[in-house]
Amino acid sequence: MLPWGQQLLDMCAALLLLLSFAMLSQRRIVTLVNLYAVQGAVLTAATLLLAWRTGERHLYLSAALTIVLKVTFLPWLLRRLLRRLDIYRDSEPRLNVTGTMLVGLLIVVFAFALAQPITRLASTSTRSAIGIAISVVLLAFLMMITRRKAVAQVVGFLSMENGVFFGAMSASYGMPMVVELGVALDVLIAVLVLGVFFFQIREQFDSLDLHHLESLKEHD
Amino acid sequence: MSFPNPTLLIGCLALLCGWGVIGLAGLLRPGSVRWAGNILFTLGAALGLALAVLGAVSLLGGGTERLILPVGLPNLPMHLRLDPLSSVFLVLLGASSAGISVFAGGYFRPGEGTLPGLMCLQYHLFLASMALLLLADDAYSFLVAWEVMALSSYFLVVSQHRIPEIRRAGFIYLVMAHIGALAILLAFGVMQGGSWLFTFHAMRAAHLTPGWAAAAFLLALFGFGMKAGLVPLHIWLPEAHPAAPSPVSALMSGVMLKTAVYGVLRVTLDLLGHPAWWWGLVPLALGLLTIVYGVLFAAVQTDMKRLLAYSSIENMGIVFTGIGLTILFDGAGMPVVAALALVATLYQCMNHAFMKSLLFLGTGSVLHATGERNLGRLGGLIHRMPWVAWLTLIGVLAIAGLPPLNGFVSEWLLLQSFLFADRLPHAPVNLLLPMGAALVALGVALAGYVMVKFFGVIFLGRAREATLARAHDCGVLERIGLAWLALGCVLLGLFPLQVVHALGAVTQQLLGAAVPQAVSVWWLLAPVPGRAVSYGPLVFLTAIGAVVGIAMLAVRLTYRQRVRRSPAWDCGFGALTSRMQDTAEGFGQPIRHLFQPFFAIERQLPAPEDRAPRYHIEIRERIWSMLYEPLARAVQRLADLASRVQQGRISVYLFYSFATLLVLLAVALFR
Amino acid sequence: MTLGDWITQGLEVLMAVAAAPVLLGWVNQCRAWLQNRRAPSLWLPYRNLHKLFHKEAVLAENASPLFRLAPYVVFGAMVLAAGIIPSMGTRLPLVVSADAIALVGLFVTARVFLALAAMDVGTAFGTLGARREMMVGFLAEPALLMVIFVASMISASTALPAITEHLLSGRVGLSPSLAFSAVAFVLVLLAENGRIPVDNPATHLELTMIHEATLLEYSARHLALMEWAAALKLFNYVCIGFALFLPWGVAEGHIGPLGLLVAIPALAVKLATAGAGLALIETVSAKLRVLRIPEFLASAFLFAVLALLVQVLLGT
Repeated sequence: MLPWGQQLLDMCAALLLLLSFAMLSQRRIVTLVNLYAVQGAVLTAATLLLAWRTGERHLYLSAALTIVLKVTFLPWLLRRLLRRLDIYRDSEPRLNVTGTMLVGLLIVVFAFALAQPITRLASTSTRSAIGIAISVVLLAFLMMITRRKAVAQVVGFLSMENGVFFGAMSASYGMPMVVELGVALDVLIAVLVLGVFFFQIREQFDSLDLHHLESLKEHD
Repeated sequence: MSFPNPTLLIGCLALLCGWGVIGLAGLLRPGSVRWAGNILFTLGAALGLALAVLGAVSLLGGGTERLILPVGLPNLPMHLRLDPLSSVFLVLLGASSAGISVFAGGYFRPGEGTLPGLMCLQYHLFLASMALLLLADDAYSFLVAWEVMALSSYFLVVSQHRIPEIRRAGFIYLVMAHIGALAILLAFGVMQGGSWLFTFHAMRAAHLTPGWAAAAFLLALFGFGMKAGLVPLHIWLPEAHPAAPSPVSALMSGVMLKTAVYGVLRVTLDLLGHPAWWWGLVPLALGLLTIVYGVLFAAVQTDMKRLLAYSSIENMGIVFTGIGLTILFDGAGMPVVAALALVATLYQCMNHAFMKSLLFLGTGSVLHATGERNLGRLGGLIHRMPWVAWLTLIGVLAIAGLPPLNGFVSEWLLLQSFLFADRLPHAPVNLLLPMGAALVALGVALAGYVMVKFFGVIFLGRAREATLARAHDCGVLERIGLAWLALGCVLLGLFPLQVVHALGAVTQQLLGAAVPQAVSVWWLLAPVPGRAVSYGPLVFLTAIGAVVGIAMLAVRLTYRQRVRRSPAWDCGFGALTSRMQDTAEGFGQPIRHLFQPFFAIERQLPAPEDRAPRYHIEIRERIWSMLYEPLARAVQRLADLASRVQQGRISVYLFYSFATLLVLLAVALFR
Repeated sequence: MTLGDWITQGLEVLMAVAAAPVLLGWVNQCRAWLQNRRAPSLWLPYRNLHKLFHKEAVLAENASPLFRLAPYVVFGAMVLAAGIIPSMGTRLPLVVSADAIALVGLFVTARVFLALAAMDVGTAFGTLGARREMMVGFLAEPALLMVIFVASMISASTALPAITEHLLSGRVGLSPSLAFSAVAFVLVLLAENGRIPVDNPATHLELTMIHEATLLEYSARHLALMEWAAALKLFNYVCIGFALFLPWGVAEGHIGPLGLLVAIPALAVKLATAGAGLALIETVSAKLRVLRIPEFLASAFLFAVLALLVQVLLGT
């Protein structure tokens, strides 16, 4: 039997994967944002666990960063945005839910195959979670593809960042602090800029449905 | 080389010739139903039984017999061989054809298409060719038997040739059969490996490069898969099987499809020796696709024989999934697990031979009694035809994979071998395989749905047409045939250990391993290597029987209330009519709804103010428009091009011959 | 196998048969409490059965012998299943005759007979119920098998006693895949037993009913057997859940009288908790439309597959 800390870490990894699937199947945007917050919380828990098990100090810092930014601030920002933009529900996704799920399952299998060589190279005790991290990234990508509403795509983008963060954590106990701070800042700025964009898009088209952007294409 | 005395082989050969003689005897009085039907077919059944016994003796002995007959090509006499693999299929052929033949003895009526005597010839030729196919030990006699089998079954399919659809079905069958045969011919061509010897012995000895071996395997899989109805090569099957008279449908579905399985096993595991592990992925993937595809289409059919034909496709999918697993595990160096998968495969073949023959014969009786194949016009026949209904019920329960009948055993074995997937050393495959198991489970569960529909709509409920009240139960010979096959289903279900034990000779021959038996009790099947898993169908039957008996007795003794008959509850709306029941279309509705992308649906809904509202739905396979119609058009275009050569003048034709001769001579000169 | 084992086996089966209606009564009681209603007696299902057995049986004019046979077969299958599931001890004589896959097969047998009987009289509701019952069946069965596969991957056996013993041995810690498959199993349990998000056992609303529609033509003792079988099915499913996920209290090896003294109270406590949990789920969730049931069961399947993937992903 594995040690308890390891078991809990595995549990967190599994929960992250589950949350990715939950996001993939969710039709309501508000719930999507909430799920993103939960994902952040699980990530925080995983980071704290890992910090406690390995004694790497900087992981405590990144846990704090995660909780401030991804669990509290960004979801708050997004919810406010949703309220002000008055959106509650995404229109039906492009592919039906069951179909998306099946594609998602295949993606996980693919991610697993992809993670095989990395897992062999890595020396961390958490290396078995690399496959899950890659899955989280790819599933978030899939979610961005299958959604029509811009906000859902931003959530997908953020969730993708979560996956990358988790991957770095499990492959090498986290990125250097400088990189981590940089990424956090990037994400923050990106969300702010995209928020401004939303208002612009809506002003232009009276809707956040992205297929309106297709009309910007030059017709030849 | 010294051969053991080939007694059994000669016996099989004699029986095979016996079938030929019976067939010819049919021509003595071709119009007589009594002679050709009752007497000759029953005699044929006896020979089938004898063949099964010989096969069983050979299988239990586990030996190999060989014989070379001085007929055939000048430098290639006919090689025959009786080994465990062919014995299994001989048992299958003999035992199930015995039931079918007895049934056929009572089935044929005068004035239906082909004369009974001629039918008798074609039928017994068909049987003999399949037997020869299983005994053949060189490519030439194998292909001759294969072609005779295809042709005789073609004539049987078109026995009611006055109906245009049947002629069309026969044509499609013939075309597909020949494309398949071509692929098999090429596969043999590759396998001789430059030695130009076409005996199977030479092929076993030939050393092929991995690329050529794979090519031979894929060609053989294509050719045999076409005969087996592997999706997407299956399109002839739902046309041809229902078109034939029911005993012939039974023979085609129950036995002929298995010759394709025999071919694949013979080529892959015997002639090509040890296959590479990745070969297994091809039949596995196709098999899984076939399972789901076949069962989904079976669920939406409204013609009872077409429904069974699609269900055959599903079952062949299960078989090919098993073959895929066998190759996969064998290639990965897990011969015992491979043996488990192979046993599951062979068991499934055996089961399907009995179950599907039983069901097809049941539909034959229904067809005779009512003249209806459309599920929408049947119903309530359990009251008019109790024999057929109850015997068919056994087949229905068996094919739905319910313990303690036989269908469940092979399903169980297959799932057990799937569970070794995580031991495979190949990374993403071991993740995908359990999902394959889920697909198998889905297929089997859907098969249950299909079979409830099949039995419920035909035999249960109210008669949907007034004419059904005149339906009559089948005759004695037909009952014997049905009962024999039903008995087979029950015995194969109740004594799996004995069957698995007998199949050990085959796994020993092909894989060099046999499945273990973990416990030493004769009523418990525990074949899974290294795992304490067991299954005891006899306990199942006894226990359920005991509980049912006790419950009945207790109810009878304790509560002496009588039973009153009254009309069914009509919800206060007035009399119930038979049109208020679910139709066959209605029963398929959830499937249509859930798996819409699979089907090409044409639906006509009634308009709101329609005086005579009609609801019509037609479901076609997308594969026709996506694959076959473009293909047919391409072939047509090529043929048009080629037809330019046709001039109609004798001198031009002579010129063609002359030119060909010159070219050939030139080639001979400059080589 | 000793005589003692056979006695224990008989005891286990009899206890299941006797306790199944009580479990149903308990679930109904909890539900009533949670919904601020006055609860019916715990023994109400028994009184119901007693009443039904005493009534005169009315059969439809065109009911075939299959219709009369089906209740006995369904009941028999459920009783046998109760004997196979290791709810109190893992070394019982009948347990070797079936593994989890065969158990699923046994449930399918019962369902097929139920559906065939429902089609027998040829009423609109009967066939509708049969169709829906089979639909739930073919969606739930793969999910259930995936759950079993996960358990068997962890413990390298599909036999329920082996799985239970493996869990009891303490070699399995906090396993995410077991947690996921437990969720999947609960969803399957709800669907297979016609509990609330899928079917409502308390109403006969024609638009949505599934299980009740198949029983409409049954009366008196036949109905009693069918209802008893349904109660047993719930009991069996809950016990399978215990065997797969919460085996604590089950006696390993040969079970003596002392072992029973531990096993029976443990089982009773677990059943009471599970019944209360079931009532809670039924209270807080709303009935789904029939067309949404496939999605519900697809999510069960997804959970099971995720469990499997996680098992392989993290297991390396």
